[in-house]
Amino acid sequence: MSVHLSESTSETRDGGPAAVPGQPGAPVLEAVPVRHPGRWVAGALVGVVTLSVVVSLAKNENLDWPTVWHYLLSDLVLSGLWTTIWLTAAAMAVGLVGGVVVAVMRLSPNPVLRVVSGAFVWVFRGTPVLVQLIFWGFLGAFYPTTTIGIPFTDVVFFEGSTSDLVPATVAALLALGLNEMAYASEIIRAGIQSVDAGQTEAAHSLGMTPGRTMRRIVLPQAMRVIIPPMGNETITMLKTTALVSVISGHDLMSNIQAAYAQNFKVIPLLVVASIWYLALTTLLSVPQSWLEARYGRGVAGARQGAFARLVASRQPKEPIA
Amino acid sequence: MTTTSTTYAVQPGPDAGADAAGSGLPMVRAEQVCKRFGQNEVLTGIDLEVGRGEVAVLLGPSGSGKSTFLRCINHLEKIDSGRLTVDGDPVGYVERGGRLHELREKEVAARRTEIGMVFQRFNLFPHMTALENIVEAPTQVRRESRRDAEEHARALLERVGLADKAKAYPSALSGGQQQRVAIARALAMRPKLMLFDEPTSALDPELVGDVLDAMRDLAADGMTMVVVTHEIGFAREVADLVAFMDGGVIVESGAPDQVLVDPRHERTRAFLSKVL
Ligand SMILES: Nc1ncnc2c1ncn2[C@@H]1O[C@H](COP(=O)(O)OP(=O)(O)O)[C@@H](O)[C@H]1O
Ligand SMILES: [Mg+2]
Repeated sequence: MSVHLSESTSETRDGGPAAVPGQPGAPVLEAVPVRHPGRWVAGALVGVVTLSVVVSLAKNENLDWPTVWHYLLSDLVLSGLWTTIWLTAAAMAVGLVGGVVVAVMRLSPNPVLRVVSGAFVWVFRGTPVLVQLIFWGFLGAFYPTTTIGIPFTDVVFFEGSTSDLVPATVAALLALGLNEMAYASEIIRAGIQSVDAGQTEAAHSLGMTPGRTMRRIVLPQAMRVIIPPMGNETITMLKTTALVSVISGHDLMSNIQAAYAQNFKVIPLLVVASIWYLALTTLLSVPQSWLEARYGRGVAGARQGAFARLVASRQPKEPIA
Repeated sequence: MTTTSTTYAVQPGPDAGADAAGSGLPMVRAEQVCKRFGQNEVLTGIDLEVGRGEVAVLLGPSGSGKSTFLRCINHLEKIDSGRLTVDGDPVGYVERGGRLHELREKEVAARRTEIGMVFQRFNLFPHMTALENIVEAPTQVRRESRRDAEEHARALLERVGLADKAKAYPSALSGGQQQRVAIARALAMRPKLMLFDEPTSALDPELVGDVLDAMRDLAADGMTMVVVTHEIGFAREVADLVAFMDGGVIVESGAPDQVLVDPRHERTRAFLSKVL
């Protein structure tokens, strides 16, 4: 490789203004780029393999595209899709709000709060979500009646049958929401701890209470660290809702299973499910990147900041009025 | 100055209940203030008095407890014994019926609104612009209207020479500019006392001047200030009182000309010969 300077640099050597690349008068660089034959070979190889897989899938008689199109927008699939969407949204909402509470409890100076929240995370993260789902689904067998009152007294506000109070959908929401709470709380705790202690100190010195400091200063900064893993959690949750079929929920996967149990068109129906799950996860990346931009403010500007700093340092010092 | 750690526990002083607004009362008064972290005795009996409108400069080697003492003044750290008052009020307590009652979270926060603090590492809120940093506390804590708070904030930015940086995020500002925004942010709460913890130590040498100018301006305006700094020139020019700290006590204190030019203690002399 060779580099040719098309213009003499004698002016620079004489102590004149240094030439700045990209500006008029700067010497033009003519460089021969490095060639990467390996990249072309690898690209061609992967391209051919991928194409052949796609073609063979498209041509496969067993895939039965007419059945796929038939079910893709059927009422059964669409109603299951709706259940999957709201169950995911509701479980994530429970997980996020509860997760903040559990995370703050874990970081609290109060030892009771720390121990209780630690135990909560230990149990709900340490047991399979399938077990938790079945547990909540069969809560009626465990606690036949539910009573709301003041503990250790005879004061009762409400008493009723557990299975009426906790139908399958509520059980699903409880199981998925509480499980998510445990995971989310750890993500949020890591996010909170990633914020410099000087931020809390500065907020306190301005007279902000610990609660306000958390809401206005620490959490908004923690969000930058929290959002990417919470995006993953949401995608995982979308697919985990498929488990509610064990307590006769009616999500997308349950309805698909019900359909192929009758007509044995397993592969086309699984393709229908995959198309919808892919569509949903693709859609989810839109709010995620919006949120990342929203909470990345002040950080993403660092590049432009370096330039602004350069300009600022060349300005004469401003007198203070 | 005695270094004997007479641990007379935190208790009301003789002038309990005296009128706090009295002009003769010092802004900051520390008597035998002690503070330890676990077994580590960091402050072992600090005595200091800073009058209204005075500028006190604290000098001393790293680890001598300067930051800890400053943090005690606005209750970011709690003292273990001794007596510490700001404008007559015991820090972290209220005196009622001759006894000290610990302040609640909200009351501690309310007291802190009257004391501004500027940190070595600026600690601007990175997710807010310069202007948002300044209006945050007045609007959130003081419930000032957004318009009033912004008007005040712009005036303060103007005062520290950064009128054109209102919309800039901290990451787009130089260290010196960030520190001046931090000063404006503290001033936005209209404090009666300003604490500075090595405000220029994290700055490139050519940016120190702007920050010191802002502080000089503030001192000329009559603000009471306690400044931890190694800028001896600033201390000689601006300070009313210079105190040299070492090993958790104030070894000597007095007028800048005396302490900086003709120190009585060998330790002060040794320290000054290193920083000058
Ligand atoms: N939060 C803390 N926990 C434990 N030790 C601390 C803490 N803050 C300060 N110290 C200790 O107190 C001593 C004095 O620290 P500091 O007040 O920061 O000194 P200076 O500001 O004079 O350099 C140091 O030995 C430091 O390790
Ligand atoms: Mg320090």
